[in-house]
This record gives sequence, structure tokens and C-alpha cells, in this order.
Amino acid sequence: MDAPMMPVNREGEVLVFAEQEDEHLSEVSLELCGKARELADRLGVQVGAVLPGWNVRELSYRLIAHGADRVYHVHHTELEHYRTLPYARVMIELVNRHQPQIVLFGATALGRDLAPRVASALRAGLTADCTDLEISDYTDPRTKTTHRNLLLQIRPAFGGNIIATIVNFDRWPQMATVREGVMRLHDPDPQRGGDILDERVDFSDFDLSVRLVERQREPRKVNLKAARVIVAGGAGVASRQNFQLIHDLAGAMGGAVGASRAAIDGGFIGKEHQVGQTGTTVRPALYIACGISGAIQHRAGMEESAKIIAINWDKEAPIFSVAHYGIVGDLRKVVPLMIRAIKEQA
Amino acid sequence: MGYHSVVCVKQVPDTANITGEAMKADGTVNRAALPTVFNPDDLHALEAALDIRERFGGAVTAVSMGPLAAAEVLRECLCRGADRAILINDRRAAASDTLATSYILSRAVTKIGSFDLIFCGRQAIDGDTAQVGPQLAEKLGIAQVTYTERLLELHDGAARVRRSVGNGWEVLDVRLPMLLTILDTANRPRPSAARRVMRFKRARTAGEVKREVEASQPGASPGDRECEYAAGLESLKMRGLLIEQWDLDDIRAELQWCGISGSPTKVYRVQSIVLTKEGFKEVQATEEGIRTMVHELIVEHTLS
Repeated sequence: MDAPMMPVNREGEVLVFAEQEDEHLSEVSLELCGKARELADRLGVQVGAVLPGWNVRELSYRLIAHGADRVYHVHHTELEHYRTLPYARVMIELVNRHQPQIVLFGATALGRDLAPRVASALRAGLTADCTDLEISDYTDPRTKTTHRNLLLQIRPAFGGNIIATIVNFDRWPQMATVREGVMRLHDPDPQRGGDILDERVDFSDFDLSVRLVERQREPRKVNLKAARVIVAGGAGVASRQNFQLIHDLAGAMGGAVGASRAAIDGGFIGKEHQVGQTGTTVRPALYIACGISGAIQHRAGMEESAKIIAINWDKEAPIFSVAHYGIVGDLRKVVPLMIRAIKEQA
Repeated sequence: MGYHSVVCVKQVPDTANITGEAMKADGTVNRAALPTVFNPDDLHALEAALDIRERFGGAVTAVSMGPLAAAEVLRECLCRGADRAILINDRRAAASDTLATSYILSRAVTKIGSFDLIFCGRQAIDGDTAQVGPQLAEKLGIAQVTYTERLLELHDGAARVRRSVGNGWEVLDVRLPMLLTILDTANRPRPSAARRVMRFKRARTAGEVKREVEASQPGASPGDRECEYAAGLESLKMRGLLIEQWDLDDIRAELQWCGISGSPTKVYRVQSIVLTKEGFKEVQATEEGIRTMVHELIVEHTLS
């Protein structure tokens, strides 16, 4: 417990950890650049992005196009594939060097492994899995001191039953991981200018003590996040056979197939289709919930869809509370009617 | 030979079965109305440690930080096979965030002394942060492996571990001591053996003994109670049924890093999710009703 604590730095940047794997940036990193841009403009500061890797300098331009003013590029063979300790060393070093006021990570498997390690070393606060970030003043109820322009870190807690807003004002930087697919992915602006700064970080033997023996990446077969239309089934679909209806409707609409936790637990479809708090958060143009009652964990993952159609025999089902169109009825009858109507009109 | 494993466990409100009474009118959580459970992922952490002991020998120490009632999850650890159980209980630790919690746990682990492996569940169902494991590893200056699917090999002071990375997996070689967070798919927790349950259901912390003495002898003098309490403790210790109870002084924790003062994150406000019922357009489940809805979606370009 002898590391120095970072002083408050109101001029400090909003810093984003740019996650890349096999020379591909994760989408959430680009989403974060856009959100960081918004926050930085509010604060009148710049957006930095830390890009560790090996031969990934080219990716800097995409980060700049999505909102970064500066990319701190760290090129090292030991950074070719992610390992916690060297990546943590990079982030700890660069935060100490550049003293940002805010540091953001994607709440991916990687980000959730890395961010707490970094926060602990910096003795900074860290809020997990934020679904929104805002800048606002905050008055400490104990001391009546007002802290200006703090980062409000908004996240669901208690299994999604409550929404908590977290602040940290006495230790800096303010750190958060942000859920994938929640912040808007803006169109890149290829005209935006920015600087690429090559940074050097040295590693200790301990930093390099974990050896990566083997790795396997499965390309995501289901791309729920990119789908414009999602047709999702829940417990009310009742069987794997009936779930074919969901596939058929999705096929007719050119959409992706989603599912609630109950449908996955029921064995109707694979886990990679899960929408909701423990699955994927989606915001398609159209979301059709078939036989999904709408538990809070599910709604949290889809309620920001532009249009929601709910089909359920139970007119009291909570899913109707977030729906734009509600059809009370048997989905085995309703879904074929929908398929027919689409084929007629589209 | 053998490995000494420390397992961190947590008693949590059962967020999977929230009822209407769980929320107070002001939108805050009514903890008293929530039943508590052994954090589900932590059962898998305990199982992983018990499995190592079975295969290689050694010992399993379970640690939990929480109120006196959290002794319940430690009793369960003993029933399921842990050799030793320690409760970190101190009012001054209340309101600790993940950073302060990891600091306190790091002090407890340091007091426990030598260890080879620390096991944590992937995350706790009340906060879902998955932060305490990595933070504890950092505080102890040891390597971490999160989202562990399987411990493949263990020899010569090193482990080979397979972990999930969301869209795939990887295998790592890590030198001991190390910390692992365990996925619920990693193993199937064994049930408690009836013989152990019979024995360890009587395990108590000092705090529980004190409460029981006070409850059973309301009229007794303080001196008598003190005697009763000391005798109770001694008897539990003799029978190997004492769940150790440590406070922040016992683990020599610096108070500035504990509880509120040690927690950089503060809860600004909490809102229970209230359904915003703006009303939806009810569509009749008829050919005509559905055709009209589809037409509207096409006109507004939601469907193309």
C-alpha cells in the first residue's frame, strides 16, 4: 500500500482503453471513443486512447475517426496477445504518466479482467458494467462540499432490480467499465485529426511470468448486436420444435434470432442467442418478443430497441410495459400470420 | 506435500428471487426482506479447492467478510469439506466497496500465512462486479486467472489453466501462488456429506456464542455470562467447531483503507426500476390486425 495516489487533475483527459485482438478493434472500444468525446467536450478536455499490441499502429486512425485526439500506441512483442499482467502494467504506467481524470474500459471478458487489476494498483474507484455515463456536479451529503463536473457512473445492480448511480471524488482517476452495445456507435469521421504517440513501457519478470500456451477464438456466429431486426423467443415457446417458428419469422424478416434465459435453460436454443443482462444487450430497429414474459433481466437487455412488438397469451406479462405493439394471443397462431403478412407486403 | 487453498465466499441477498417487498417505497433495497444465500459462483470456487485437496492433498481454508449472519455460509463450507473457516467481522468494514473489500481480504490472507491457491467465484449476484478477485490478486502481488473453466495440471509449483475469454478460450501456465476466479460451468459442487452436516451444524463463531449465551440466560450476571461464554468457546475449540472470527485489528488492517474511508466509489442515488407504462397499441390476433401492423412498420421503414 505504498503507491502514490493520483492527484485531482481537472485538465486531465478522458482516457479509453482500446481493446484489440488479432489486429481487430472491439466494437465497444469505438463506442467508448464516441462516448468519451461527448464527456470530454462537456469538460473541455481531450480524449486519449491507449492502444497496446504488436503491429497495430494502423488501428490508431480508426480510434481518431471515432473521437480520439491522441492515441498512445504501445508496441511490444509481449503485447501481441492479451495477458493480464503486461497489459495492466501498460495502463498503470500510462495513467501515471498522463494523469487522466476518467478512464474507461469495455466491460468485455478482457476489460473485466484488466480494469480491476489496474484500479487496485492505482487505488482508484472502479464501477463495473455501466450502462450510462454523465457529467454532473455532486454535493457530498456528509460534508456539503460540491464537487464540480464529476463522472456519474450509472449501472444496474441487485440482479437488475435497481439502477445505481456511483460517483468517486476523493480518489482519481474516475474509472468505469462500460457494457458492450450500450453506447451508440457513431459513424467514423475520416477527416478528424489526431496524434499518434509512441509510448514505451518496460516489464518486470513478474509482469511476464504468465505464459500463454494455446488460444482459440470462435468467431461469433450470432451477431445480435449488428441485427436490425431481432425475433426472440422465451419460455412461452414451450419446445425446441416450436422454436422453429421463431427461426421462420426471423428468416422472413431478414432478422437474427434471440432468446430469453428461460428459452436457453429450456434447451430450445444455444446460449449465444441470449438477450438480456447476462447475455447480449441489443438495440435493434425492431424487436419481436414471442412468449417472453419480460423479466427485468431480459428487459434490461432490449428495452432500448426502437420498436418492440410483444406477443404473449398473458396480458399481464411485464413485457407489455416496454412494448409499442402488444398482441395478446397464442404465438403458434400469431407468428404464422405475421410471416404471411410480411410475405404479402414486403 | 499438497496445496493450501484459500476460498473466498460471500453471503448475498437472493437477487434471483426478488419479491415485491424487496423494494422500499423510496426505491431503496429492503435487505431485511431478502432471503440470503451462499453466492452461487462461490460454491464452484469451494468445489475447485476441495477437488485439488482430494487429488494432491493439502488443506482448504474458507474466508468470508460480512455480518455475524455470514457465519452461515462458513458453516456450509465446513459441511461441504473445508478444513478451516474464518469470518472477518467488523463494523468498521461496513460499506466497503470492492477496493476496500479486496484490501481487507488481502490482510486476512496475509494473516492466514502461506497459501498456494486462492479461489473466488466469478462474481457475486448482488453486485455482479467480478472485481474483488482481480483486486485481491493485485493487492497480494500474485497472478490472476479469471473465468477459469478448468485447472488442467498442477505440478512443480505451477498450474496450467484453461479460461474462457467470452468468444473462445485460452490455456495459461502460471506460477504459484496464484488466484483463480471460477465459472459455474467448471465443476459440479458436491453436496454436503450427512456425517459432516451432523458435526458442523454446531460450528459457531465467537459472536454467535455470545449471542446465544445472552439469549439463553437473560437474567444472569455479566460475570456468569462471561464464564459461560468462555466455556462455550473452549468447548467448541476442543471439538474443532469454532469458526474463527477476526476483526480489523486482528488482521492489522489500516483503517483508512477500510469501510467508507477506504472506498472511493460512493452510491449517489439508487432507483428501483419502475416500469414506464406509456401504453402500447393493442393489436388483435387476427389476420386483419396483424396485416395492419406490418403495413405500419413498412410505411415507417422499420421493416424494409
